[in-house]
Amino acid sequence: MSFQPILTAGLDPATGDATWHLDDYVKRGGYAALKKIFAENITPEAVIAEVKKSSLRGRGGAGFPSGLKWSFMPKAYAGAKYLCCNSDEGEPGTFKDRDLLRYNPHQVIEGMAIAAYAMGTERGYNYIHGEVWELYDRFEQALAEARAAGYIGQNILGSNFSFELFAHHGYGAYICGEETALLDSIEGKKGQPRYKPPFPASFGLYGKPTTINNTETFAAVPWIINNGGDKYLELGKPNNGGSKLFSVSGHVVRPGNYEVPMGLPFAELLKMAGGIRGGRRLKACIPGGSSAPVLPAEIVMECTMDYDSIAKAGSMLGSGAVIVMDESTCMVRALERLSYFYFEESCGQCTPCREGTGWLYRVVHRIEHGQGRPDDLDLLNSVTDNIMGRTICALGDAASLPVRSFIKHFAAEFEYHIEHKKCLVPPEVQKEGSKIYVRPSC
Amino acid sequence: MLSDDAFKKIDREIAKYPADQKQSAVMAALAIAQDENGYLAQETIAAVADYLGMAPMAAFEVASFYNMYDLAPLGRYKLTVCTNLPCALSGGVDAAEYLKQKLGIAFNETTPDGLFTLKQGECLGACGDAPVLLMNNKRMCSFMTTEAIDQLLTELRADLRGQAT
Ligand SMILES: Cc1cc2nc3c(=O)[nH]c(=O)nc-3n(C[C@H](O)[C@H](O)[C@H](O)COP(=O)(O)O)c2cc1C
Ligand code: SF4
Ligand code: FES
Repeated sequence: MSFQPILTAGLDPATGDATWHLDDYVKRGGYAALKKIFAENITPEAVIAEVKKSSLRGRGGAGFPSGLKWSFMPKAYAGAKYLCCNSDEGEPGTFKDRDLLRYNPHQVIEGMAIAAYAMGTERGYNYIHGEVWELYDRFEQALAEARAAGYIGQNILGSNFSFELFAHHGYGAYICGEETALLDSIEGKKGQPRYKPPFPASFGLYGKPTTINNTETFAAVPWIINNGGDKYLELGKPNNGGSKLFSVSGHVVRPGNYEVPMGLPFAELLKMAGGIRGGRRLKACIPGGSSAPVLPAEIVMECTMDYDSIAKAGSMLGSGAVIVMDESTCMVRALERLSYFYFEESCGQCTPCREGTGWLYRVVHRIEHGQGRPDDLDLLNSVTDNIMGRTICALGDAASLPVRSFIKHFAAEFEYHIEHKKCLVPPEVQKEGSKIYVRPSC
Repeated sequence: MLSDDAFKKIDREIAKYPADQKQSAVMAALAIAQDENGYLAQETIAAVADYLGMAPMAAFEVASFYNMYDLAPLGRYKLTVCTNLPCALSGGVDAAEYLKQKLGIAFNETTPDGLFTLKQGECLGACGDAPVLLMNNKRMCSFMTTEAIDQLLTELRADLRGQAT
């Protein structure tokens, strides 16, 4: 049986900017799940049970089971509870939420309304990455359409359930993708992660019980309610239910988003993206966004694209951002750019992260620029030892994992740099491989 | 310092949050203020803080924490080019170099005519369209080949001439 997309069903990037409106979404079967809940009197508990059955796992990076997360919300709670959608997509390599919000914002709204019903939350916010401003505007328009049609607001579809939903924009801080930084940011503060516990389900937005899920997680919910959790699970593999949108970037012929069933072989995904450019060979791949450990070609080619397989290979499925590097890539240079990113984006609260990310960057920088010292690789590993597990949020680990994995898998290249003060990959080969990419017209 | 229109827009933002949580509108309010004035002067930040009933320092912390706020005057068009790894693999760095050469400036500089400021950006969440750049925080420009860059610069210059007449 050929795979039928769920998240991107009926969407065509060529016309997508014109078919995101409410009418179009309803024509594609939209809001049927929300209607079904009220028509069939499905209880909140039954909704959560269905999501648990689906084995849907959070698509924002950590892969936490969504149904379980929803069940942590206190049921009998007098007072406000909140629901937040994390559309602060800023993990380098990730651009899937952008397409979901661009072509199908109502799917996210419907997913959030269902989640709100399941958890009894009456107010929600979608936190949208500031850089995709056009989509913030679009989401506000979509909200107005949904409100006018009675899909959100007071007494949804004539029921006694009410849910108000608003858009909040970021303004250029990667750390606000971390869920508690996101909450502080909505509260009008610097976006700095909080200590956990307490977890958001007990002390979240404005100190109230709050659930945060990724855009893609919410987008999967209507289908699960329409078709059942079992069906969703069947699409993927056990413990790795459903489909996933992978953002494929880097040295492929057709960079872009590809929705595939969980468990698809990496080699197949690479083929869908047109393979490697210019007949060159795959060298390495970061399979889950820049924070995930890099895998060399021979390992990643044996992987299937799901949480368990990628974890077994020593990396993380993360946000599903697949960064492909071919043989023209200098691994030291690639790591230097990533290390600069974490240095630039550390929020500065924890000393190991604030000082450590700068240290990592400076050492990788000097190796890349021919000033590496013989014990620099040990130094890098020891700096990461002193960051990992000693910080408030996972950005410290996110900065460390690339360093450790690049050194582990490409030690010879780093050593060559240090010894010969130059790169193993000739500069002109690097330049040719990463020049401005003009897509083949299809 | 801020127009009535700006305050009206800020009011719409305030309405999104619980009545006792006006401060939640500070990010949007600062963005609205920056759109109107081109950058955020200390007095503008203080005016926003005052309107939202928060300490000026608390608003300044927000304005200085998030990268897209500009605390000093800059060129009419801010071009933020993403050079993070996924983009760099598809020419992000080359696109930035081309812009530097065309405009005769380095990152964080403004052209002598006050038209363009160039910034190095982190992931804009559009890596599939690399090279990408963001114009004045609001407009995402995708697939920025050298021809596309030339075209954008021509368009922006023409826009300005259109406005001048
Ligand atoms: C530094 C950092 C950045 C993150 N960025 C994002 C992000 O851009 N989008 C996202 O959904 N989750 C991001 N996360 C994960 C969130 O903290 C959180 O786990 C997620 O939004 C929960 O939703 P999910 O369970 O549906 O995945 C980030 C985490 C960290 C530590
Ligand atoms: S680990 Fe880094 S980013 Fe996270 S809270 Fe600490 S300093 Fe901030
Ligand atoms: S790395 Fe450039 S937009 Fe993501």
